[in-house]
Amino acid sequence: MYNPTVARLTYRALLGRRRALILFALPALLIAISLAVRLLTGVDDKVAAELLGGFALATMVPLIGVIAGTGAIGPEIDDGSIVYLLAKPVKRPTIIMTKLIVAIAITMAFSAIPTLVAGFILNGNGQSIAIAYMIAALVASVAYSALFLLLGTVSRHAVVFGLVYALIWESLFGSLVDGAKTLSVQQWSLTLAEKVAGEGYVDSAVGMPTAVVLLALVTVGATAYAGQRLRRLTLAGEE
Amino acid sequence: MTVIDIDHTSRWFGNVVAVNDVTMRIGPGVTGLLGPNGAGKSTLINMMGGFLAPSTGTVTLDGAPIWRNESVYRHIGVVPEREAMYDFLTGREFVVANAELHGLDDAAAQRALATVEMEYAQDRKIATYSKGMRQRVKMASALVHDPSVLLLDEPFNGMDPRQRMQLMDLLRRMGADGRTVLFSSHILEEVEQLASHIEVIVAGRHAASGDFRKIRRLMTDRPHRYLVRSSDDRALAAALIADPSTAGIEVDLKEGALRIQAVDFGRFTQLLPVVAQANGIRLLTVSPSDESLESVFSYLVTA
Repeated sequence: MYNPTVARLTYRALLGRRRALILFALPALLIAISLAVRLLTGVDDKVAAELLGGFALATMVPLIGVIAGTGAIGPEIDDGSIVYLLAKPVKRPTIIMTKLIVAIAITMAFSAIPTLVAGFILNGNGQSIAIAYMIAALVASVAYSALFLLLGTVSRHAVVFGLVYALIWESLFGSLVDGAKTLSVQQWSLTLAEKVAGEGYVDSAVGMPTAVVLLALVTVGATAYAGQRLRRLTLAGEE
Repeated sequence: MTVIDIDHTSRWFGNVVAVNDVTMRIGPGVTGLLGPNGAGKSTLINMMGGFLAPSTGTVTLDGAPIWRNESVYRHIGVVPEREAMYDFLTGREFVVANAELHGLDDAAAQRALATVEMEYAQDRKIATYSKGMRQRVKMASALVHDPSVLLLDEPFNGMDPRQRMQLMDLLRRMGADGRTVLFSSHILEEVEQLASHIEVIVAGRHAASGDFRKIRRLMTDRPHRYLVRSSDDRALAAALIADPSTAGIEVDLKEGALRIQAVDFGRFTQLLPVVAQANGIRLLTVSPSDESLESVFSYLVTA
């Protein structure tokens, strides 16, 4: 279910395109803010949890997920270069699985590691906040990658839909409407962070069993459906 | 022997019928798929390449369905019309990746690059290639696994005459080797130079099939329409209608011209100036009114 050549092409496409700059810019911004906060306010566990929860997990992780997830396949479908993968004796679900693994790896690398580093800068991992948010970022990376990879196979406007989900649904509705929190990757991943961090520093609106089941359902369901979409993908040509 | 069979195949997109009940068989040798732009050539090639499901009918390679059958790609090489092709890679990296996807090594990629004479630029980024160079690297990627079937969609588009000749030589060699080579084109002369067997597609329908010379003759012998203006239209009309090369003449008062339908192209073109001179009539305008490729093809549909 993994093809190293497809992985190499995907990884180079993701890191070679201009929008990959955002992949580097967002973590750099997080680290810069963390340094500034640490210098201005000193060690403060509450501030550390708020910055990692409010910026790293709520904004940076989904944005990087959108770029890596949709970028792993969307541009190839849009410009038709996917034909070079489809015209090979490689199973289409293998193409999807490989692209998912690359998207997850890139999302994790560009979100979970900077989150950990930022946590250590902010309070030296006091109350295990850095580790907790890193785990949340790792878990969220898997679900976001699967979700946005699927979006990349079904829509030409995957980035727009991805941003709407990440910024409007999760950030806006997720903070205002209780029901929306149940259907939020961010909240599911926070459930795991809640178990790791010290009491009162991480809050999740979803219980552990619900979070685990929904995370698994979304990841497996989105990947399976993306594989089916690619099997049904047709190229209409220039006419 | 490798044969693609298209059997009573149609393909529509919403309300638009792109391919309409086409049946044809593509065997070894070079076959030209000829038709005007928008006739359904790319749709047919996409179905033969397994990128598009037929709405009705079947498309098979030696009896095996092509749609949703990844294993047939071991035998098919496709050169798509689209330009996009991983521009961030070098030509060599691109062809090596294509070889790997077929489970082959670098040596296969190197052979394919040598076949299309692209070794000299193989370490340059594809983004820096000219259209002709891109076309050749696309060819190399399609040849890397030594396929028995090669499908090319408008392969000569944007190529300069030298590159065109090189590619034609290459395709001729492949056809002579016993491979099944099918290329599409909307340019008659291209097909004439390369393929002895042609399939003509017009408005999604299979208009003609067979030896190029026969079809060419059919195209030349069709009734030709001319718009003629002269110093005395009625006298010219009277003189021309007496000859069997002319089937009908209309005096178009609004245009101030004659609309002539000639059934014997060669004889009529010789007759017109002779008749005009003999009757002391000056010819002011002689223009063919249906020389567009579309009208030639349309004639074939009804012929």
